[in-house]
Amino acid sequence: MSKSGTILYLDGVSVAFDGFRAINNLSLVLDKGEMRAIIGPNGAGKTTMMDIVTGKTRPDEGEVFFDGLVDLTKHDEAEIAMMGIGRKFQKPTVFESHTVEDNLLLALKGSRSIFPALFHRSSAEEKKSIDGILGVTRLGDKRNMLVANLSHGQKQWLEIGMLLAQDPKLLLVDEPVAGMTDAETEETARLLKDINETHSVIVVEHDMHFVRELGVKVTCLHEGSVLSEGSLDFVSADDRVVEVYLGR
Amino acid sequence: MSARLFGSDLRILITISILVSVAIIVPVLNLAVHPDSAFHVPPYLVALVGKYLCYALLALSLDLVWGYCGILSLGHGAFFALGGYAMGMYLMRQIGSRGVYGNPNLPDFMVFLNWKELPWFWYGFDQFWFAALMVMVVPGLLALVFGWFAFRSRVTGVYLSIITQAMTYALLLAFFRNDMGFGGNNGLTDFKEILGFNVQADATRSGLFAASALALALAVFVTWLITTSKYGKILIAVRDAESRTRFLGWRAENVKLFAFTVSAVMAGIAGALYVPQVGIINPGEFDPANSIEVVVWTAVGGRGTIVGPIIGALLVNAGKSWFTGAIPELWLFALGGLFVGVTLFLPRGILGLWDQWRNSGGKAEREASIAEEKGIDPDEPPPALVRAQSGEQSGTWTKPGSGPEPQPAE
Amino acid sequence: MTILFRRLLTTILLALALTAPASADEAALRATIAKFATVKGFPATEAIVRELAAAGDPAVEKPLAALADGNLYFRKSDSAVFIGAESGANVKLSDPLTGADAGEEPKASVSKVRVNNGLRRTIRDLLGTLTLGSDDPAVRIAAAETMFRNADPTAIPGLDAAIAKETVTSVKAKLELARASAVLKSDLPEAEKLVAIELIAGRGDREALSLLTAYEASTEGTLKDAASAAVTRMNSSLAVWAAAQNVWFGLSLGSVLLLAAIGLAITFGVMGVINMAHGEMVMLGAYTTFVVQEIIRTSFPDLFDWSLLIALPLAFLVAGGVGLIIERGIIRFLYGRPLETLLATWGVSLILQQTVRTIFGPTNREVGNPSWMSGAFSLGELSITWNRLWILVFSLAVFFLLLFVMKRTSWGLQMRAVTANRRMASSMGIRTPWVDALTFALGSGIAGIAGVALSQVDNVSPNLGQGYIIDSFMVVVFGGVGNLWGTLVGAFSLGVLNKFLEPYAGAVLGKILVLVLIILFIQKRPRGMFALKGRAVEA
Repeated sequence: MSKSGTILYLDGVSVAFDGFRAINNLSLVLDKGEMRAIIGPNGAGKTTMMDIVTGKTRPDEGEVFFDGLVDLTKHDEAEIAMMGIGRKFQKPTVFESHTVEDNLLLALKGSRSIFPALFHRSSAEEKKSIDGILGVTRLGDKRNMLVANLSHGQKQWLEIGMLLAQDPKLLLVDEPVAGMTDAETEETARLLKDINETHSVIVVEHDMHFVRELGVKVTCLHEGSVLSEGSLDFVSADDRVVEVYLGR
Repeated sequence: MSARLFGSDLRILITISILVSVAIIVPVLNLAVHPDSAFHVPPYLVALVGKYLCYALLALSLDLVWGYCGILSLGHGAFFALGGYAMGMYLMRQIGSRGVYGNPNLPDFMVFLNWKELPWFWYGFDQFWFAALMVMVVPGLLALVFGWFAFRSRVTGVYLSIITQAMTYALLLAFFRNDMGFGGNNGLTDFKEILGFNVQADATRSGLFAASALALALAVFVTWLITTSKYGKILIAVRDAESRTRFLGWRAENVKLFAFTVSAVMAGIAGALYVPQVGIINPGEFDPANSIEVVVWTAVGGRGTIVGPIIGALLVNAGKSWFTGAIPELWLFALGGLFVGVTLFLPRGILGLWDQWRNSGGKAEREASIAEEKGIDPDEPPPALVRAQSGEQSGTWTKPGSGPEPQPAE
Repeated sequence: MTILFRRLLTTILLALALTAPASADEAALRATIAKFATVKGFPATEAIVRELAAAGDPAVEKPLAALADGNLYFRKSDSAVFIGAESGANVKLSDPLTGADAGEEPKASVSKVRVNNGLRRTIRDLLGTLTLGSDDPAVRIAAAETMFRNADPTAIPGLDAAIAKETVTSVKAKLELARASAVLKSDLPEAEKLVAIELIAGRGDREALSLLTAYEASTEGTLKDAASAAVTRMNSSLAVWAAAQNVWFGLSLGSVLLLAAIGLAITFGVMGVINMAHGEMVMLGAYTTFVVQEIIRTSFPDLFDWSLLIALPLAFLVAGGVGLIIERGIIRFLYGRPLETLLATWGVSLILQQTVRTIFGPTNREVGNPSWMSGAFSLGELSITWNRLWILVFSLAVFFLLLFVMKRTSWGLQMRAVTANRRMASSMGIRTPWVDALTFALGSGIAGIAGVALSQVDNVSPNLGQGYIIDSFMVVVFGGVGNLWGTLVGAFSLGVLNKFLEPYAGAVLGKILVLVLIILFIQKRPRGMFALKGRAVEA
C-alpha cells in the first residue's frame, strides 16, 4: 500500500500494556482531506490509537506515518503537535485557571519558543482569528470568563475552538458531542463538515445519529483491530459489528 | 484591569511603592534621626528586617516555580546558599591581611589548613563585579543543569520534590568537608568590608537594607512582568495540565526550565544580600530543613500571588524571632503546626483567603452558565431531552465549586 | 621393715630429687629476685627480668606479673623482696615465688620496685614465651602468637623443643609460624629462610603481611624476590577479602535501608503519599526500645536478653498507632494532593521530634545490645558482628512476612487493588478509606519495628529519623513504587554501592555520588526500576 497521498498511515500496529494487547495488528489509512468516523465498543482501542498517533504511547510494532513522510513513532507529543496533528480529548482538558480568550491564545498556531512568548504582544491578526473562533463556538460573550466557571458543554466547545485555533492538518476528535443537546450535536456536525473542507479529520463517536449526519466512511474497531470498514449502512449491517457493538 | 486579576495589578503597584519608600525612609530614620527620638529605627532592627526582606525574596523565587508552575522545590535553599557563598568569598578576600593570621592572600581557614595558595575557584572573587556575576551564574547554572535532567525525564510531583531535596542534601555534605575549600563546617565569616565600607557600620547596614528592599521591589516587578506575559500564561497552563500543553505543541520541559533558572538566580541574589547582613555563611544553609521552611512562608502568604509569599515570609520569620526569644521550646511545635494548619485549612494562604472573599462572584458566573446551557433561550424549541452529562467523572478529588485551584503538575 | 624402709628411702630420694633441683633453681631464682631491691634504673631492671625469664621456669610468672602490676616491693631494712598488697596504712607482704604470707609492714618501711611501660611490655612478652610449656593449649597458642610477633632468633631452640613435643596440630602450626618468624631474623642458611617465607605467606593475614614487607625491605637477592612474590600474593588475596568485607558491610547497610524504607514504599505505593514523618516512626520505635530497656533495667534485670523481643510488638503498636492518628486526622483530608501531604507530614515530623525532645531530652540515650547480639566471629578474613547479622536476618524475615501479607491475605489483595486502580477498587466494594488507614498504620508500624533494630546499631536521639529519611526516599525512588521486590533490590544495591564507593571516595563523597547517580538513573527510568505499568497507573 502506498503512503503517498495519505495523511495518516497505520500498518500492523500493535501495543501491549503489561500483557494486555490494547492494539492488535491495526491497519488504517486516511487520505488527505478525508474525514473518517471511528466507532466501536469500549476498550476497542480507539483512544489508544489516538495516543499512538499523537505520540503519547509508543507502539511495540508497526508503522505509523503522517503525511506519507514522517514516522510518528520517532517524535514526542509537542513535535507531533507542531507538525500538524491536533487532538480534542474525551474529557475536556482545557486550562481552568485561564480565561476563554487565553485558552485560545495559547492554542493559536504560531511560535512555541520561550523568549518570544515573554515579549509577545497580540497582533491584529491574532485578535481577528480569536474573534472568529469565538464566533463559531458561540463563546463570544464569555471571552473574559474563567474557564472553571463554564458548563461542561461550553468547555467542549472551547476545546473544539482550541483545536480550530491550532489549525492542524489532521484533527483527532474524541467524542465531541458527549453531553451536548440535539441542537448542539447538529451544530457540531455542520462545523466538522466545514472544517473537513480544508482539513483531514478523524472522529471517534458513539452517537450513531451524529455519525450519520457526518455521512462519511466508518471504521469499526474491536479488541484492538479493525472489524469492519465502509459506509455506515454497510458497517451497521455487518453481523459481527451488530454482535459486539450495535446490538439488535 | 480585567476581572481575572482581581485587582492584583494594583496590589503589585502598592507593594512596589511600599518597598521603594521603605528603602528610602528606614535608612533616614536610622541614620539621620537622633537615637532618642521615637522615630529612630535602631540598627539591630535594620539588620533584622533587612534579613527578612532577603527571606521574602527567597520566598518570592519559590513562588515563581511553585505557585505558578507547580514545581515544589524542596531545595531552593541551595540556590540561596550558593549565592551567599559567592558573596562570602568576595567578603573573605576583602579581609586581606586583617585576618587573624595576617595573610594578605589567604583567608584564615586556609592558613589554618596549611594551604600555600588560593585554590583556582577563588580567583576573581576579589573583584566585586565578578562576585556579583557568580552570585547569579552559579545558582543559575546548577538550576539549568539539574532542571534539564529532571524535566527532560518528565519527573514530576513528589518524585521531583524528593530529588530537589537530595540535591541540597548532597551539597550540604559536600560543603561541610573542610577540604572543599569553602571553610568547612565553620563557613565563611569575620567579614570586614564590602565595597570599601565597613560591614558593621550603621551606614553600611542601612545601605544593605535599602539594597534588599530595592532588590525585592525589582524582583516583584520582574516576576509580575513574567507571569502576566504570554509565557506566564503558558507557565500556569503547564502547572494545571502539563500534557495538554504538550499536545498543543509547547515544550513543557523548556517552559519549566526557564522559570526554574530565573527562580534560582533570584534566590542566589537573596542569599548574596543576606550574607553581609548576618555576617556569616555556613553549610547549614544547605540543610533540607531550611528549604522546606521556605515553602511554609510561601504557603502561608498565598502561593501564586507574588505578594503573598512576601507577606508570609515576613510574618513567619517575625513569629520565629518572637518564639525563639520568648519560648524557644515551643517554636518547632508552632512551625510544625503551621505546616499542618496551612495545608488543611488555608491551602491558598492568607492572600488566597482574601481573594476568595472578594471574588464570591465567580460562583454566580458559573451558575449563570449552567442555566444558559439548560436552554433558557427563547429562540430554542423546548428541548425534548437533555443528554446526561456523560463526561463528568465520578469520584474526582476536587471539591465541587471550589473554583480555580493551582494544582500540582502531575 | 625392709619394705617400709625402702619405701621411705624412695620417697625421700624422690623428694630430694624433686626438691633438690627445685631448691637449687629456687635459690638461683631467689638470688636473682633479690637483685630487684638494689637495682638502679630501668635498663638494669630489665636485665634482671630477662635473667629471670631465661631460666624458663614457670614459677617466675608470679613475681614478674607482680612487678608489671606495680606490686613488687622490697623492705628497706633488709632489702628482702616481696609481693605486696596495700591495706590501710600497711602493706601485706607475701613470698614472691610461693605467695606464702610474710607478714605486714608499714608503708614507710617498704618501697616499690619501679616499673615503666617499656618494662611492662618486655615482661609481658617474656611471660608469653614462658608459657610455651603450659598445659592449656590456648595459653600455648597465645605464647606462640606473641613469639611470632616478636621474633627472637635465640628462641629457636626452645621453639624446636616445644614443636617436637607438641601434640595438638593447631598449636603446632602456630609454633612453626613463630619459629619461621624467628628464622628470618636469624643467621640460618637461605634455604631455611625461603621455607620460612612460604610458611608465613601461608598464614595470609595482615600481621604476616607486615612482617614480610618489613623483611623484604631489609634483605636482598633471592630472599628479597621470594619475599616480594609472597607479599604480592598476599596483597591480592587480602584485596579479595577486603572486597568481601565491603560486600558484607553493603549488605548490612542494605538491610538497614530495607527496614527503614519498606514501610514508606508501601504507603507510597498504595496511597501515593510521601510521609515525611516516616523517619520519626523509626525514631519512636527506637525510643520504645529504650523505654522497655529502662523498665527492665530497673525492675526486671534478668529479662534484659528478652528486651528486644518485648520491644518489637510494642514498637509496632506505638508507631502504628501514631500513624493511624496521622492518617485519620490529617492525611485523610488531603487525598489527591500529594504535595500538600508531603508538607503536612513534614509538619508532623517537626512536632514529633520536638515532643520526643521535650520528654526525653535532646541527647543520645543508651540502648544496649542483648548478649546474643554482642560480639563477633570470623569467617576467614571477614569479621562479622552478631548484631549486624541478626539485623540482616531480621530484615529479610520482615520482608518475607510482608510479602506474605501482600500476596496471600485478603487485606494484601485489597491493598494491591487500590495501588493499581483506586477508583475501580472502590467501585468493586473495597472500602478504600479503611485500606488507606490500615496501610498507613502498617507502614508506620514496620518503621517502628525498624527502629527497634536500628537502636542496636545507631545512636538513639530525636534526630534519628532525619538520618534515614533521605536514604529511604532514594530506595523508594530507585526501586520503584508499590513493588516490594523493587524495594529489596533497591535497598541492597544502594547499600552495596555506597560501601563500595566509600574506600575510593570517602563516606561523604560516596553518598554524594550515590545521590547524583540516582538523579541520573531517573532519566532512564523515571518511575524506578520496577515500576508498575499500565494506563490506570498514573502516579
